Amino acid sequence: MIGLNHYLIISGLLFAIGLMGVVRRKNLLMLFFSTEIMLNAANIALAAAGHFYNDLSGQMFAFFVIAIAASEVAVGLGLLILIYKKNGTLDLDDLATMKG
Amino acid sequence: MEILVYIALFAPFVSSLFALMFVMVPKQTFVGIVASLLLFISFLASATLAYHIAMTNEVIHVTMMDWIVVGDLSIPFGFVADHVSVTMMVVVSLVSTVVHIYSIGYMDHDRSFNRFFSYLSAFVFSMMVLVMSDNFAGLFIGWEGVGVCSWLLIGFWYHKKDVTRDINPSISPSWAANEAFIMNRIADLGMLVGIFIIFWNTGSLQYDEVFPKLAELSPVVLITAAIALFIGAMGKSAQFPLHTWLTDAMEGPTPVSALIHAATMVTAGVFLVIRANPLFGMEEVAGVSYFIASLGTFVAFFAASMALVNRDLKRIIAFSTLSQLGYMFAAAGLGAYWIALFHLAAHAFFKALLFLGAGNVMHAMHDELDIFKMGALRKKMRWTWLYMGLASLALAGIPPLAGFFSKDAIIESAFNEGSLILWAMLVITAGMTAFYSFRQVFLTFHGDARYKEFGIHPHEMYTYVLIGLSPLAILAAIAGFGKDWFEGFITNLLPEYEMSEHTHHLASILGAIVLAFAVGGILLAAFKYIRGLKRSEKTENSFIYRLLANQYYIPQLYAEMISKPYAELSSIFWKSIDMKIVDATVDAIANVVYKSGDGSRKMQSGNLSNYLAWMIFGAVALLIAALISSAIG
Repeated sequence: MIGLNHYLIISGLLFAIGLMGVVRRKNLLMLFFSTEIMLNAANIALAAAGHFYNDLSGQMFAFFVIAIAASEVAVGLGLLILIYKKNGTLDLDDLATMKG
Repeated sequence: MEILVYIALFAPFVSSLFALMFVMVPKQTFVGIVASLLLFISFLASATLAYHIAMTNEVIHVTMMDWIVVGDLSIPFGFVADHVSVTMMVVVSLVSTVVHIYSIGYMDHDRSFNRFFSYLSAFVFSMMVLVMSDNFAGLFIGWEGVGVCSWLLIGFWYHKKDVTRDINPSISPSWAANEAFIMNRIADLGMLVGIFIIFWNTGSLQYDEVFPKLAELSPVVLITAAIALFIGAMGKSAQFPLHTWLTDAMEGPTPVSALIHAATMVTAGVFLVIRANPLFGMEEVAGVSYFIASLGTFVAFFAASMALVNRDLKRIIAFSTLSQLGYMFAAAGLGAYWIALFHLAAHAFFKALLFLGAGNVMHAMHDELDIFKMGALRKKMRWTWLYMGLASLALAGIPPLAGFFSKDAIIESAFNEGSLILWAMLVITAGMTAFYSFRQVFLTFHGDARYKEFGIHPHEMYTYVLIGLSPLAILAAIAGFGKDWFEGFITNLLPEYEMSEHTHHLASILGAIVLAFAVGGILLAAFKYIRGLKRSEKTENSFIYRLLANQYYIPQLYAEMISKPYAELSSIFWKSIDMKIVDATVDAIANVVYKSGDGSRKMQSGNLSNYLAWMIFGAVALLIAALISSAIG
């Protein structure tokens, strides 16, 4: 039987994968994907917990996150395109212009 | 009448502020004129107040505003014009008006002319606060104010370098200013302690609240308070062993010496004893008072002996001031407060005149002060000769000039108290006073013209300056006749001092003895010096001459015993404690911050990837901290 713990474990695994992506990947687009993975890990946890407590607010919260993530992607991708047009690359090591 | 009190007090302050506006611009003669006028207004107000008080016997008491009100402590800015303070006000404002007028001429070529007037008027204001305050706190403010102004004015020519003198150790104006200030600070501590003791035991600092309560206090408290206050007075009035600063203060401009270091500020100590006469006059503190009288007599003698051989025109007068202050303390210590105050006023007139005359000579001789290089100036400077001769006669105590009446009364009261040793010393001192005053007059104005070989062409001072000096000359001549009137006036406030029947009987004989000593001193000086200076190697190399010329080696003793060990100690503290402990600690803290900043600077790489890694590191660290705290808590 699949219980709450399974969902939470998968959510934690996804979050860890996203986190590793944020830390390790150098491509800005991949960083973006990694954050999406982390957001969805949180969504899984919210939905599972909402179901477990028989409370819809967890799932509603997950919907909100999805909606806001969608708009964020729209804005973020636009910015990425601009950065790419300006610099010709999305590699973070090459974008470090404010080195202190 | 209240408005007159404020005018007398604040006119010098306005004058100071007015002159202050022009300190950055070159000499403006009108600054001196306006300052003199304002001082004259202050004098007029003081004189009117004096007249009013003499006529109606009414004490004018004003409270300007509250100043410190904390819990039980309430110190208002209050001023009182009573018999004592109004006497001081008239003396101070009169002498300072003359000195202001004199300074217009004397400081004529000085590039800091305007600054000088600002300081001088500020001094007068502080002195007015000192004498007019109705409480010990206000007195202390004035006391410190005159100290600061004295410092500013002694060091007025701060740019002058150290000069080595024939006899004295090398000093400069700024050195002398610091010496005066530091010595006064030592004494001021005593004064503060005295004020604290009074407040602690009576709960007030107002004179008219403190003095009635004194009778309830224990003798120990009274004696400590009296000693502590007198230590303050000793510093300001340059009594032994804090006397060395006064002669070194002669480094300042001569008007300053006349006003501050002869006529007014140095008498503040005497004023304090007179003002606190309900304390010093008590049976319980009779010992302290007798000590004051003895110290005063000793200083009178001691200072006069140093003046006998000194060659510096201004220093001779400074020693003479010390000596006369000793007389005043002798009178005050013996309970003859009004006689002390009378001598204070008379002394202010003739001593200021003497100093200003010396300033004329200095001006004529291009700042040369050695009387061995002068002589025969009478022909060139007839008026100055007249003024200085008159002042010296008054100082020597020749009738009918002011000094005779006041000094004779002091010596008589010493006899009256039955202290024959004090009496004898004071009489001998009177003889010495006459000798050194006329030694100076004869060496400066008579005999052979020794200045010629130094290529100096003396000239008389400006006429308006000489006219400006005339009030002092007139007062030095006639003030003595006001003695009986003054006694009636001042004893409304100060205790009466009655000569016993016995003394009264002998008064004329006593006066004759004093007079004989004074005339003898003058004749001796005339015999030795009137024809010219004949130096004798034998006398000048004798032990006593050298002892006196070196001021009993006291300045050297202070330098060796106090200044040098202190400098040594300071250097040790600087190198081992300050540098190695205090500075090292501060440096270590700075180094930690600096090094850690330098290390963590690398974090700021500009690379988003690194920032994110640091952010996650921080979030994890916080998470762990939260876990640990929840586990512990």
